[in-house]
Amino acid sequence: MKITVLSGSTIGSKTRTAMTYVRSFIEKNYPDEEVTLLDLADFDLVFSDGRDFREYKGDTKIVTETLMASDVILVGTPIFQASIPGSLKNVFDLLPQDGLRDKVAGILVTAGSAKHYLIAETQLKPILSYMKAQIVQTYTFMEERDFYRKEIVNEDALFRIERLIEDTMVLVETYQKAKAAKEAQYGF
Amino acid sequence: MSFADYRIDDSKGLEFGLYTLGDHLANPHTGKRISAKQRLQEIIEMSTLAEEAGIDMISVGESHQDSFTTQAHSVVLAAIAQATKKIKVSSSSTIISTSDPVRVFEDFATIDLISDGRAEIVAGRASRVGLYELLGYDLRDYEELYEEKFELLLQINQQKVVNWEGEFRKPLRNAEILPRPLNGQLPIWRAVGGTPASAVKAAYQGVPMYQAMLGGPASVFKRPIDAYRETLDSLGYDPKDFPVATAGFFYAAETTQQALKEYYPHINEGMKVTNGRGFPKQQFAQGANPKDVMNVGSPQEIIEKILYQHETFNHQRYIAQMDFGGVPFDKIMKNIELIGNEILPAVKKYTAKQ
Repeated sequence: MKITVLSGSTIGSKTRTAMTYVRSFIEKNYPDEEVTLLDLADFDLVFSDGRDFREYKGDTKIVTETLMASDVILVGTPIFQASIPGSLKNVFDLLPQDGLRDKVAGILVTAGSAKHYLIAETQLKPILSYMKAQIVQTYTFMEERDFYRKEIVNEDALFRIERLIEDTMVLVETYQKAKAAKEAQYGF
Repeated sequence: MSFADYRIDDSKGLEFGLYTLGDHLANPHTGKRISAKQRLQEIIEMSTLAEEAGIDMISVGESHQDSFTTQAHSVVLAAIAQATKKIKVSSSSTIISTSDPVRVFEDFATIDLISDGRAEIVAGRASRVGLYELLGYDLRDYEELYEEKFELLLQINQQKVVNWEGEFRKPLRNAEILPRPLNGQLPIWRAVGGTPASAVKAAYQGVPMYQAMLGGPASVFKRPIDAYRETLDSLGYDPKDFPVATAGFFYAAETTQQALKEYYPHINEGMKVTNGRGFPKQQFAQGANPKDVMNVGSPQEIIEKILYQHETFNHQRYIAQMDFGGVPFDKIMKNIELIGNEILPAVKKYTAKQ
C-alpha cells in the first residue's frame, strides 16, 4: 500500500514537525507499507492551469503523480488567515476533479489558535469529499503550545496523532476489503 | 438553415453512427497492442463494414498524445471516403482551436468532393490539452482560440470570398477559400461537453450541437439539450431547424452480463492510460440501468435504451464508440453485425416518422 504524508505549507515548522512524526510512526509500526513524505517546502510548484496531472513538469509532476498513485494521503495543514494555505489548495487544484476517488484521507491541523478548530471541518473536508476521498472523520488538531523547538512536547498530542494513524489504517483496510467484495458481486 | 442543410432527414428515424478517437491501446484481455498501421487499416475497414450494415455515418477524432493513431484525422477520413460509397464521413472531433480554419475547410471540402457530398465537420476544443504545447498555442487562450477559430470556419463555409480579421491568425483579404464543397456548404457541428453552459454556446453560434456522454442518467444529459433549444428560441432561431446528436460508449453482446464483462477492462484500462485514472466499476455497473446513457448490454436492452434516450432527447443522431481501449477487430465486427441485424432495424422502425 502506498501512503503519502503531505505537509501542506511552504513556510513554518509546526506542520512539517508533525508530519515528520507521522511518517516515522508509520515506518515503525507499519513496516510493510511504502510511505513517502511530501513537504511542499521542498518543492517548487507551478499553479494549476487545468491540464492533465501527468502533463506537468519537474517538481509539480512529482507531487501530482505521487499523490495520484497513493492509497492513503495524510494531509497536514497549518491555518493561515482562517483557512488552509494557498500552497495546499493549489495541490488540490492540480489534481483531477475526482482525483481522490478510492483514496483514504486523514487530516492533521496545526494552528496558532483554538478558534481555528472547525476550519478543517468546514473548509478542508468539503474539498476532500468533492474530490471523492474516503475521509477519516476524526482529525488531529494541534496548537502552538504542543511544540517546542521543532519537537512535539505534548504527550496527548502524540497520542492523538497515533490514533489518527490507526483510524486511517483501519479505514483503508476495511474500505478496500469491502469494496473488493462489492465489486466481486458485480460479476464482471 | 434547416435539417436539410445538415443533411438530416428525420422522417427516416434516428441516425445511427460510429465514432472512434483513433486510440491505440493494448487489448487488456491479452496485454497485446497491434501496430499503428494495423489500427489505421482496421479503422478504415470498420467504416466499410459499417456501411454494409446500413450504419449512417462514421467519424474519426483528433488526439495528439501517446496512445493515439489518428493525429492526421482528416487524412484517415479521406481514406474512408475513398473506401466507401454511402456512409457520411465526419470528425469526432476536429480540434479547431489549434488548427488553421482555412486548412481545415480545404481538407474537409476536398473530402466532400472525393466522397460525393458526404463530409461534415464536428469542431471541438480538446479535453486533453497536451496538443496546445505541441502545436504552439497558449493554454491561456483556450476559450478564445475556440470561439474565434470556430467563427472563422463558419464564415469560410458561408462565404466564398472572405474578409476577416482576428487575434490568432493573419487577416484574410478577399481570400477565396477553395475547393468549395459539392453543394456549396458543409454541415458544421459544435462539440459540447456535458454542461448547459457548454451547450448554449452552440446556440449562440447558431450551429447544431454534438453532446458527448460518458455515463449517467439520460435526464441529466437532457438539461444541456433543453438549454440549447431554449437559447436558440430566445435568439430568434427555430430549434426545429437544428439537429442534436449524442455520443457515448457502446458495446453489445449476447447478454448484458457478457457485454459488461468484455467491455469493462477496455474502458477501465484504456482510461487509465489516456486519462490517468480508470473508470469506477460501480459507475459502470450502474451503466446497465435502462435509464443510463451508456449503451452496453444485449441487443434488446440497447434497443430499449436508445429508444428511451430518443424519447428523452428527441435527438436526430446517436453515435456509438465501440472500439475504445484495444477492442479486438473480431469483436468490432460482431458489434457491427448485431447493430445491422438487430439494433438498427428496430431503432429505425420505432423512430421513423410514419
